[in-house]
Amino acid sequence: MSTTTPQTKVEGPIGYADERFATANFLRGKMKKVFPDHWSFMLGEIALYSFIILLLSGTFLTLWFKPSMSEVVYHGSYTKLNGVSVSEAYDSTLRISFDVRGGLLMRQIHHWAAVLFLASIMVHMLRIFFTGAYRKPREINWLIGITMFTLAIVEGLFGYSLPDDLLSGTGLRITQGVLQSIPLVGTYLYYFAFGGSFPGDDFIPRIYTVHVLLVPGLLLALVAAHLMIMWFQGHTQFPGKGTSNSTVTGKAFYPVFLLKTNAFFLFTFAVIAGLATFAQINPIWLFGPYTPASITAGSQPDFYMGFLEGALRIMPNWETNLWGHTIGWNVMIPALVPLGLIMTGAALWPFIEQWATGDRRVHHLADRPRNAPFRTAVGMTVVAFYGLLWLAGGNDVLADRFDVSLYATTWFFRVAVIVGPIIAYIVTKRICIGLQRSDAAELDHGVESGVIKMMPNGEFIEVHEPVKEEAEAVLRAKPEPAALPAVEEDENGIPAPASRGPLGRARKALNNAFTADDIPMGNGHHGNGHADGHADGHGEQPEIEGGDHKELSRG
Amino acid sequence: MTDNNENSDATPEEESRAPKRVIGTPPPVGTQELLPRDEPGEGGSGYVLDEKKARSAERVAAAFFTLTFVAGIAFIVFYAVWPGHVGDIRRATRSNYTLGIALTLVFLGLAVGLTVWVRSLVTTKEIVQERHAISSSPEDRATFNQYFKEGTEESGLGQRRLLRRTLLLAAAPLGLLPLVLLRDLGPLPEKKLRHTTWKNGTRLVVDGTGLPLKAADFNSPGSIITVVPEGAEENLDEIATGAVLLLNLPVDQLKIKKGRENWNVGGIVAYSKICTHVGCPAALYEQTTHHILCPCHQSTFDALDSAKVIFGPAARALPQLPIGVDSQGYLIATSDFTEPVGPSFWERGRPKA
Repeated sequence: MSTTTPQTKVEGPIGYADERFATANFLRGKMKKVFPDHWSFMLGEIALYSFIILLLSGTFLTLWFKPSMSEVVYHGSYTKLNGVSVSEAYDSTLRISFDVRGGLLMRQIHHWAAVLFLASIMVHMLRIFFTGAYRKPREINWLIGITMFTLAIVEGLFGYSLPDDLLSGTGLRITQGVLQSIPLVGTYLYYFAFGGSFPGDDFIPRIYTVHVLLVPGLLLALVAAHLMIMWFQGHTQFPGKGTSNSTVTGKAFYPVFLLKTNAFFLFTFAVIAGLATFAQINPIWLFGPYTPASITAGSQPDFYMGFLEGALRIMPNWETNLWGHTIGWNVMIPALVPLGLIMTGAALWPFIEQWATGDRRVHHLADRPRNAPFRTAVGMTVVAFYGLLWLAGGNDVLADRFDVSLYATTWFFRVAVIVGPIIAYIVTKRICIGLQRSDAAELDHGVESGVIKMMPNGEFIEVHEPVKEEAEAVLRAKPEPAALPAVEEDENGIPAPASRGPLGRARKALNNAFTADDIPMGNGHHGNGHADGHADGHGEQPEIEGGDHKELSRG
Repeated sequence: MTDNNENSDATPEEESRAPKRVIGTPPPVGTQELLPRDEPGEGGSGYVLDEKKARSAERVAAAFFTLTFVAGIAFIVFYAVWPGHVGDIRRATRSNYTLGIALTLVFLGLAVGLTVWVRSLVTTKEIVQERHAISSSPEDRATFNQYFKEGTEESGLGQRRLLRRTLLLAAAPLGLLPLVLLRDLGPLPEKKLRHTTWKNGTRLVVDGTGLPLKAADFNSPGSIITVVPEGAEENLDEIATGAVLLLNLPVDQLKIKKGRENWNVGGIVAYSKICTHVGCPAALYEQTTHHILCPCHQSTFDALDSAKVIFGPAARALPQLPIGVDSQGYLIATSDFTEPVGPSFWERGRPKA
């Protein structure tokens, strides 16, 4: 050590590192970096920690798993399958379960972690969407997130297909059938993916490499990028007292966030270990080895594949034969449309919103979902669409459990998957507007105090207290709706041709959708109080003089 | 705390003035104090802990850390000393419980201990930090642009057209190499999807046992069995296209399609078991209605009427295998399927039959 100052316990190693990497300079500011606090900010952390657990438990499993479709005759600890011809993949998975100490636990940890990984990604994405946290400057991180979500679905599908059991083999069979139905190149894709006819000997070794190397490698790189971008841009924060778009309120990274996030990692691991201990998952010995001629009733994929399964089940049996060629809409539409709509829609959304609202400002304050009724309603539309498809994936189970006709159940979902999202859109929008009204009323008239006063004339009234400072800050932080930038007009007041074309009209309509349902907050803030901001026309937002009514009403 | 509009600044006097809450009414606002009110100290530190409370919190955290230690030791002991983790399903289940509970406690103890520590013993205060501007300063941008321009000019790429064009030319096949290299992933499908191993004279053998079947032995009405081509009993690829459902149906109810009059043997009919939707085995058979149901996506086929689709996403009937009886009385195929089995594909075209 070249320093002459007295050394504390950490100065030794830190000095060592600093003389080589200038760590002190690098880490100095980072230690005090502030992380805002809210329960919903931890959802992404669950995904991150599930991923780490997946890497650890997955590495353990690779030490024994044999990714081979060669047939062997099973003789092992699970005596019920003795003498049965199984693939080496299935055989080695049984051996991990029954002949490696802790093997069953690790398998179940791996599978539960995968389920939690996908589930937490979904909930995390919903949080980001509904609070508008994908807005500038975070659009690229949103796209990285969508890419990771897609990769995670593929990773999950390939992962649970590896043991070559009857359930997952059926899933692969469906995957093959879908691949084959793709127009023009389907049969080639099928033969190239499987190295010949299904099931062949190549598919499991191939998806093994994809599952343990390619996709995890991509995910790892994207996770790193995701976190570095998040660190650089800072975390969003909900509006409240003392928060603003240019500041961040919270506690320092070191020690508070570091301790909390480690505790959270350990909680995640504890929950997964607990589930793996008490809740059996993927008992492949009960399913048996895969053969293409066998199946069990009530087969269900892992939950994240459920919406695709549901789409396949409720699709009407449309098929076109033209000029000696066949297009199986009954397979193509359910395989491509829901996934394509949701993923593409999600990826484009931040840019559509920017285009429609003309809002290119930097946003560090998250929106409250009620304050963005159009976005929230569209989000719930997708949730309803996805949720109904997911439920339709269990139409046989539902029919059986509730003792209704299977065909009636299927027909219910065929209708519901169209009608349900529309209802969700309308209802969500009304709820958002209602909540905005109640916010505005709270600002104007205060909060019900629960205190009943008797007036001298015998009348009972409830005392309303003014909204407290913190609450008021939250309510007043409601952003003003972004108006579309003024359209260029020529000397006669005729708007530029671009704004009158289909694209211009679409932009105007979208802008109206984004900005229409806006209830101004409180007296004196937007100038004149109770303006009914709901624009009922298709054009400009009318400036309605609200006057000084006592009750907020909608005309 | 953010997004919490229940917080308030009620002072003690205000609280004492407010009447007690009436049951059934909302709680009075202004009683939920979650954060200390005093201004944060320098750098966000400086809460003063109540030493008595802090000591008890420390003891709680320590107890949980000790739990983790004990659970960790227990895990090792269970693993190394406890006999019988593996060998049969009962032992594996017990092992899963012992090791799993120990592992859960290892993480839970640490997690709870850390949480108690960070909530009760850390004196860091909330601070407000300026967010730095994300974009670079205009000077930085200008400098970068200038450097970029300079660099590009110095490289000569802008002026030297030949260089630029041949560079692009060089890159073009480079992008195709990985695609070309993937060609040997598999053979070309050619006409393979149109054929199975069934041909005239192939015996129907029972899936699982591999035994041939005599028409006389398959005589109970309403019975169903899965058969595969003889010689393909162990070949999953051939089973994947050649698996056949053999059904004994009442002859008088059978609606025989024109041209298929001699495809059944006294009411015994053979349909491809591979669903025409996405290829699952259509394995469920309802004896009373003679419906065949695919358990994957619930396509339903009428066994009495050439296995035509009654419900579900499948677009085409299950192909029928023409069968007959050989000289020894065993059931045989009299030809291959007359149309491709399984899911639709681009080159398939309209079924001829």
